[in-house]
Amino acid sequence: MAFYVARRTLSIALVLVLISLIVFVAIHVLPGSAATLILGEYATPESLRALERDMGLDRPFALQYAAWMGGVVTGDWGYSLAMKQPVTAIVGLRLRNSALLAVFALVAVALIAVPLGTLAALRRGRWLDLAILTGSYIGISVPEFVTGMVLILVLAGPSLHLFPTGDYAPLAAGLRPWLSHLVLPALTLTLVLLAHVVRQTRSGLVEVLQSAYVRTARLKGATERRIVVRHALRNGLLPAVTVIALDLGYLMGGIVVVEEVFAYPGMGRLILYAIQNRDVPLLQVSILLVAATYAVANFAADLAYAWLDPRIRYQ
Amino acid sequence: MTTITRAVRANPPLAIGTLILACVLALTVLAPFLAPYGVAEQSILDRFQRPGVKHLLGTDQYGRDLLTRTLFGGRTALLLGLGAVALGLLLGVPIGLASGYAGGRTDEAVMRVVDAFLSFPALLMALMIVTALGASTAHALLAIGVASAPGIARIVRSQTLAVKHEEFVLAARAQGDSHAYIMFGEILPNLLPPIVIEASIRVGFAILASASLSFLGLGVQPPTADWGLMIREARQHIFLSPWPLLCPGLALALTIVGFNLFGDGVRDRLAGRA
Repeated sequence: MAFYVARRTLSIALVLVLISLIVFVAIHVLPGSAATLILGEYATPESLRALERDMGLDRPFALQYAAWMGGVVTGDWGYSLAMKQPVTAIVGLRLRNSALLAVFALVAVALIAVPLGTLAALRRGRWLDLAILTGSYIGISVPEFVTGMVLILVLAGPSLHLFPTGDYAPLAAGLRPWLSHLVLPALTLTLVLLAHVVRQTRSGLVEVLQSAYVRTARLKGATERRIVVRHALRNGLLPAVTVIALDLGYLMGGIVVVEEVFAYPGMGRLILYAIQNRDVPLLQVSILLVAATYAVANFAADLAYAWLDPRIRYQ
Repeated sequence: MTTITRAVRANPPLAIGTLILACVLALTVLAPFLAPYGVAEQSILDRFQRPGVKHLLGTDQYGRDLLTRTLFGGRTALLLGLGAVALGLLLGVPIGLASGYAGGRTDEAVMRVVDAFLSFPALLMALMIVTALGASTAHALLAIGVASAPGIARIVRSQTLAVKHEEFVLAARAQGDSHAYIMFGEILPNLLPPIVIEASIRVGFAILASASLSFLGLGVQPPTADWGLMIREARQHIFLSPWPLLCPGLALALTIVGFNLFGDGVRDRLAGRA
């Protein structure tokens, strides 16, 4: 296991460096330099060049990357051009808000999806299985912005108005407003993710229920409950771990859309704001943070998988 | 039993998916003949009409006919979905094929870079590309195509590894065929089933991603008819009239369901054969 962890750590470090390079290069080629953005379109070429020199934009590419990366590592994340604040001051709260949303959604998914998937697998081919499968198919196929807006239409409309249509309330404003602002965006993410995990749990369990050791357990007279809980679920849930990890990537993308739908102040909306305002320092750091979070989450999932299934470690 | 019921029984996802896609395709191809109004035809007096005799699905905030715009929106969706996947294949297949075929250090290096690209959530990748290039239909297609290439490269590479030690490849080598011919003439044809499966599953995702980009204002620009963009425009008025949201939303969901069913059906069919 130690060797496996070391190997994976090395590889994640390499991937993180590559990610930072991709982000830097992609955003570096943005038309219109940062200097034009600050001074406006009508600035004289001389003043532009002077500012570019001050900002270090005339230096070789490798040096600029090194300077940026050095700043990121040492905690100097640059200065947001549009918000006129240090990026570190902006990012903290948004990151927490997005994490909150993601955690709510993931916990809800894990609590609902595994029992639903198990139920479907046990009733394979019956109408309940068919209903759960059809539901999860629709869940996968409806884009999250449609799901979110339909939820707003039904639950936040003038007639019912159970929840606010969007925005965010700090915990300081009280538990109720805080929670009520979280419900709809978290529910939207949950509905989309639920489908993936239900399908994976079902197919993992169906496969395991046909295996020889489950038949052995059945032949030795174990109760159905014991067979499912002790024997089948333990192995059947393994693939679901990977799917949840893959879904994190989906969650990161989905969070951009869902935060936009519900005007929720998290990383996703911050990225959109930075894009709309061509705020390069803010955009680079926010995208890097989201991508790095995803990479690290995947790394954690790999380790969890290897811990649960020793065969993986020795490949 | 007729052939149709037999086809449905044998592979329900494939049959239902094909049926949905055939309807979507027919409706979008025939859109100019079926649409009762012009795509951009506005009638301010008829804003936010409910479905009725004059407008079968109602109208939007400019009084444009929703049936017409939903039909034409399908053209944009199919164009973007199929185009992006075609681009993804064009980029991903040669990379995966060459990397797997070359093996060793080259393969290791290429796959690390692919991993780095894969570690970007696809939508985030597309957002970054669109930001660098500017928002337009063509750039959305490019962004989603490029964002899907690493995933395709990975699948093609693993399939190449599985095939490259087969006897027919050794025979071609012994015969002195060029590497390019062995890759594209000998190995590639054997990879077609997994590539077809991968592509058909990806189209639904590409349509969803392009609609998301348009919804965020970073894809198709007004006044083009596009489902994601229609939903973006419907957003401010959903409590006034839900139809501008529901028509494109339903069309989008149905089309993606169609592609997902079709993709799963194709996989079952081809995997059953292999």
